[in-house]
Amino acid sequence: MRRYLAARLGQALGVVVFVTTFAFVLMHLAPGDPIASVLSRPNIPEAVREQWRASYGLDRPLSEQYLHWVGNTVRGDLGFSFSHRRPVRDVFADAIPNTLLLSGIGLVLSFAVGIMVGVAQAERPGSRRDRWLGRLLLVLYSVPDFWLALVILILLAYRLPIFPAGGMTDPVMYDYLSPGAKLLDRIRHLALPVFTLAILTAAGIARYQRAALLAVLPSDWMRTALAKGLSWRAAVTRHAFRNALLPTITLFGLSVPAFATGAIFVEKVFSWPGLGLVVINGIAARDYPLVTAGVMAVSVLVAACALIADIAVAIADPRVRLG
Amino acid sequence: MNAGTAVPGGPERSVAARRLQHDPRVRVALSVLAVIALTAVFAPLLAPYDPRAQLDIAHLQSQPPSLAHPLGTDTYSRDVLSRLIYGTRVSFTVSLVAVSISITFGTLLGAVAGYVGGAIDAVLMRLVDAALSIPAILLLIAVIALWGEISIVSLTLLLAGLGWFTVSRLVRSETLAVRNADYVVAARALGVPAWRVLVRHVLPNAIGPAIVSAALAVGNVILLEAGLSYLGIGVRPPTASWGNIIEEGATRVSDVWWLTLFPGLAILMTVFACNALGDALRDALDPRQLLPAHDDAPFA
Repeated sequence: MRRYLAARLGQALGVVVFVTTFAFVLMHLAPGDPIASVLSRPNIPEAVREQWRASYGLDRPLSEQYLHWVGNTVRGDLGFSFSHRRPVRDVFADAIPNTLLLSGIGLVLSFAVGIMVGVAQAERPGSRRDRWLGRLLLVLYSVPDFWLALVILILLAYRLPIFPAGGMTDPVMYDYLSPGAKLLDRIRHLALPVFTLAILTAAGIARYQRAALLAVLPSDWMRTALAKGLSWRAAVTRHAFRNALLPTITLFGLSVPAFATGAIFVEKVFSWPGLGLVVINGIAARDYPLVTAGVMAVSVLVAACALIADIAVAIADPRVRLG
Repeated sequence: MNAGTAVPGGPERSVAARRLQHDPRVRVALSVLAVIALTAVFAPLLAPYDPRAQLDIAHLQSQPPSLAHPLGTDTYSRDVLSRLIYGTRVSFTVSLVAVSISITFGTLLGAVAGYVGGAIDAVLMRLVDAALSIPAILLLIAVIALWGEISIVSLTLLLAGLGWFTVSRLVRSETLAVRNADYVVAARALGVPAWRVLVRHVLPNAIGPAIVSAALAVGNVILLEAGLSYLGIGVRPPTASWGNIIEEGATRVSDVWWLTLFPGLAILMTVFACNALGDALRDALDPRQLLPAHDDAPFA
């Protein structure tokens, strides 16, 4: 197990190195250099720009700049955001909790729904229920994330104005509400984004859970369970389900990239002030340091979650733990 | 294994073909894709108006669906149906071209990596691991955001360049499985050159997963292009694509809902068809594989 964990940790580190190098290369391949765009007035002499480049280390060899940049990144210095006029790190510190709140609740909901649907299908493979749920899941699985979010927004915020259209709190009234009403206001703002994110990802989870259950159904111990007189349903829920749980932990790691993608679009559509919205608004503002650091941060978060999932599998699965 | 074995000349192939013939998913998916492809080819004949013409900016702006404009008009008074039809051309072509390039490249790379092995294989697969663990849309955002404007050709090439990871890994593992099979060893022993062994003996065995992932990838790339265009960094207006029609409507979702609804349905139908076809192909080509493989798992 120790060897496996070491290998897996090495792989995660590889992802981080790949992403940071990728970000660095991109920034240097991009047309224009930061000093020329910041000091763009024509009456600024070239010598001043040169002096600035020197003071920011931009005249050093690329390899030296790279090491310097890696050092800064490791220490959490992610650069300065032009559009927010403050360090990227501070912008992220405000946004990340909002993203975690949204995706945390979305994650729990989508796994609960996804696993239930997957079990309901696998209980009777090939039945009418299985087939129709399968088709519904394939539709949900094929739907563009941002489009589903927009349709839900149109239906439940504009046509039937049940929920607010965006943001985390009511922009005018929030400060004047009682504590109970504040909580309610927050829940009302959370409802649509969480719901959208959950059904978007639940489809993939259910498809996977169904396949995982069907893979263990032909096992010897299932035949034994049935032979000793257990009902089909009890055998599925008590025996097969437990054995199909392991792939579900793996699935957590696999689903994280889909979650991140979904969260980016959901945040954009519902103006949820999280990491995704910050990065997307950064694109329009041409805020390169913000966008690159954002992509890097999300990728590292994704790699970390996948690593946690694999470690959890290693702990839960005796074949890996003892092997 | 039952009826198929009776057919002379290739039992396995005929089992797969029979499964596909009798699969309702295949019929539905192929019909949808045929309609989409015909729409793309005959766009100039089908579109009732010029997709870029601002018909009457004073009176025809943001009109809801009517007889003259079945899907309404947009905020510049252009006909949405015509834009949708021409958008089919752009979105479908971008995806097909990007996937053809990436599947070819990924298949060759995976086969070479699996067959040659050693350092090339190790480096390549670590790279694939790293790239696959990052959401594709993020890589695309990072690249495109830095360049700003991007032409349709570069967008296609970029989508192709970031699309070969999954297929190369699938083909590599298939190649590993047959690399030391008797018939490959025999071919090598007879002095057949390596490239010929690869093309004639190894690749045909690895082509199944490549076909499945091609079907899934077409839908996936359509989703990516639509997502990028929705974010305003994909296909640029005034050229219509499914995604940028939605983007135009997104600023006016409270009243101009038809700009959001119809292109989204077109995307949904097409991607659904691709995914259904991919599922059917996977079931037909490899009935053993009930559990999705790690790399083309539900979120690929």
